[in-house]
Amino acid sequence: MDLIKKIEGEQLKNEVPVFNVGDTIKVSMKIVEGDRERVQVFQGTVIARCGNNANETFTVRRVVYGEGVERVFLLHSPRIVDIEVTRRGKVRRAKLYYLKDKVGKGARVKEMKR
Amino acid sequence: MSIILLGRKKGMTRIFDAKGEVIPVSVVEIKPGTVLDKKTQEKHQYTALQVGFEDRKEKLLKKPQKVFFAKMNQSPKRYIRESRVSQEILDSYSAGDAVGLTVFEKGEFVDVSAKSIGKGFAGVMKRWNYRGGRDSHGSMFHRAPGSIGASADPSRVFKGTGLPGRMGGKRATVQNIEIVDVRESDNIVLLKGGIPGPRGGVVEIRKAKKK
Repeated sequence: MDLIKKIEGEQLKNEVPVFNVGDTIKVSMKIVEGDRERVQVFQGTVIARCGNNANETFTVRRVVYGEGVERVFLLHSPRIVDIEVTRRGKVRRAKLYYLKDKVGKGARVKEMKR
Repeated sequence: MSIILLGRKKGMTRIFDAKGEVIPVSVVEIKPGTVLDKKTQEKHQYTALQVGFEDRKEKLLKKPQKVFFAKMNQSPKRYIRESRVSQEILDSYSAGDAVGLTVFEKGEFVDVSAKSIGKGFAGVMKRWNYRGGRDSHGSMFHRAPGSIGASADPSRVFKGTGLPGRMGGKRATVQNIEIVDVRESDNIVLLKGGIPGPRGGVVEIRKAKKK
């Protein structure tokens, strides 16, 4: 399995911003349209982190016009230009899938007090 | 026809290409081979390279095998494969030469053969993709094959009828797999997508027949 680790090691980014489940983050992602490139920002709550090494993903959820939208990103994808943490959340579990069933006030995550 | 290379499947992972696109890859460690013998038109009526892979302890061999390798003045090999090749390729190799990754290039297409993972005694739903019946509402037909034919005429089961039995553990080939990368430093190739067999299984790689 060492060979696999080696290959995956090459794929990893040297620095990955520290963020946890429950945080609110802004993900800037490169989008290629034909031969044009632009950066799209997706802001929302991190509800899950999954996998490891080159396979690590995180799920970001936000509510747009009353409709829940979730996107799964590959943490080490070169398409992700920047991840900015705007708010640290205080949560007691690793996956916040319960947020999917909540609306309005119930769907909030408490802010972490330092 | 091209030279067949042998390797061992190491597993799967994913890599990012220059555009940032994700490519699923199978990692195969190539076993460097040695040309054992050449089959020539004059002597054998066909041209081929006989290549041995992976060394084997001499004490594990039976006498006929010992003699076989001793005659060729080669160290014993675990696997031997014959590759039908053209006269030019045959001429460019001589007995004792190493055969390795240089045979393939990045971007080429290959066919990959290996022994598939054994599934044991499997029913028709898993083995032949039969639909089966519904589980609830009083259904008494779940995963069984159902009717396998008529009565006195034809009085037999037609050939090719899907029935339960051993599944997998047989040689399987996947055609037209793209070589994503060749890394000579580690002696590995990265093949796009999945290939048959378990991790650590022996894998045969040859140039794609249909490309």
